[in-house]
Amino acid sequence: MIILETKKLTRRFGPMIAVDGLNICVKAGEVFGLLGPNGAGKSTAIKMLTTLLSPTSGTATVAGFDLIRKSSEVRRLIGYVPQVLSADGSLTGYENLLIFAKLYDLPRSEQKSRVDEALSFMGLSDAANKLVRTYSGGMIRRLEIAQSLLHRPRLLFLDEPTVGLDPLARTAVWKHIEKLRVTYGTTIFLTTHYLEEADALCNRVAVMHLGRMVALGSPAKLKASIGSDGATLNDVFAHYTGQALESGGGGYRETSRTRRTAKRLG
Amino acid sequence: MKPQEHGALPSDLASNFLGPGLSWTGPLIMPIIRFLSKTFTIAGFEVRKILHDPTELIMRAVQPLLWLLVFGQVFTHSRVIPTPGLCYLDFMTPGILAQSVLFISIFYGIAIIWERDLGIIHKFLASPTPRPALVLGKALAAGVRSLAQAVIIYLLAFILGVKINWTPLALLGVVIIVILGAAFFSTFSLIIACLVKTRERFMGIGQILTMPLFFASNAIYPISMMPRWLRAIAKINPLTYEVDALRILMLAGKMPASPSRLGADFAILLTATASLILIGGKIYARAAA
Repeated sequence: MIILETKKLTRRFGPMIAVDGLNICVKAGEVFGLLGPNGAGKSTAIKMLTTLLSPTSGTATVAGFDLIRKSSEVRRLIGYVPQVLSADGSLTGYENLLIFAKLYDLPRSEQKSRVDEALSFMGLSDAANKLVRTYSGGMIRRLEIAQSLLHRPRLLFLDEPTVGLDPLARTAVWKHIEKLRVTYGTTIFLTTHYLEEADALCNRVAVMHLGRMVALGSPAKLKASIGSDGATLNDVFAHYTGQALESGGGGYRETSRTRRTAKRLG
Repeated sequence: MKPQEHGALPSDLASNFLGPGLSWTGPLIMPIIRFLSKTFTIAGFEVRKILHDPTELIMRAVQPLLWLLVFGQVFTHSRVIPTPGLCYLDFMTPGILAQSVLFISIFYGIAIIWERDLGIIHKFLASPTPRPALVLGKALAAGVRSLAQAVIIYLLAFILGVKINWTPLALLGVVIIVILGAAFFSTFSLIIACLVKTRERFMGIGQILTMPLFFASNAIYPISMMPRWLRAIAKINPLTYEVDALRILMLAGKMPASPSRLGADFAILLTATASLILIGGKIYARAAA
């Protein structure tokens, strides 16, 4: 079953084309990765798919609902964890979840139990009543994923889920994402510029470069396609884009914006 | 948690909740109830934030204190501003309340820009919450902050001997006008924040707006004292109507209580606020783009 399908999805910002005619198809139950450097158009794509940004042209459907005409139905079916920090530091972890339990119309009698369940699923029960500004980066990430799980979305969007996390916290987030897929059968759509992440989590990967999709397939298939033994995803990336994938880099909005511009200009 | 629960949409919940015989109310009443409950959810959690850290509220009490104690005392004694039937301190107290509401609310956009620079707004916008409910929720929260100010100003006014109207109906009226005023200026601020998007530009515009709004109103001197051009501005300044309503409601005795003027003040504020909420609802999504 197809849960997400885009047809020539395009977004322009003035003269710049951030996403250029994206055609992708995501099957229910898979982990689909959008791989590319900062400025490749991943975040713009995910903003369109989460109804935050309207496409300049093209269409997309989520579980059969048109992204633009049926946006409120789409919003009920998806979960979204933005790249930037999205938990509220001046509320406790528990409150951060409770507000979304209410906004997603969970029945009042179930709100508390679902919040508790999501917190324990993400290993945050002990920190539930602490203000989020006292959390570590990894805990905040797990809390944000917990927030987006409360209404049991069929399709979960994770924009750069482990950007800025140390290796230990990153592995913990990966484990939870995997557990999420196994336990609830949630389809996961994630963007990343970490090759190990795409390798560790994704069933299929689309490589994006300058707004266009330049390759698509399972990590193994992509590696095999370039024909050299022991190829890594990095080689795949270099092969399709003619440049090495920069690693590291923060999620800081301004940085990514300037880089995006820099990439366009040069 | 079972995967098959996925498809449960709230419309099913609504009809279960009301029973099959009452499901005809669904299309009419349920959206309104849901809209209000979401508005109060947003406002409620904003209030929790204040309760977690009330220092800001306490700090904010300093400014009205200075106005009433220093400015108020000096001008009461010098009698340069004619306020027929009222002592100057009585006259200015409602104006200072309106000013505090204005100052708290007009910088509310900073919080919106902060939430935008983080990803908090994005997450709310990706949820099935009506945009105007998000905006109205924030506006009501500004109202709650302003009410905390009102309590402090009432306390100060009482100590300074301002003749306050303590009847419950008048107090209720003050609560409503304070919330409306806060909702108006905070939504105004939210709209500016959604348009300019950066903190620096917002602070610049906020500074430019605040003082003219305050001085081109009847907050600390009557409109009759103003030159003709300033009078024209004061007449279209919503702060003038807020101050006027507060002055009618807050003070005991001396002011000619005029229900029709109070009604007009209220209607103007309500219409202005409702229009801004609708515009804010349209423009709020821009913050995430």
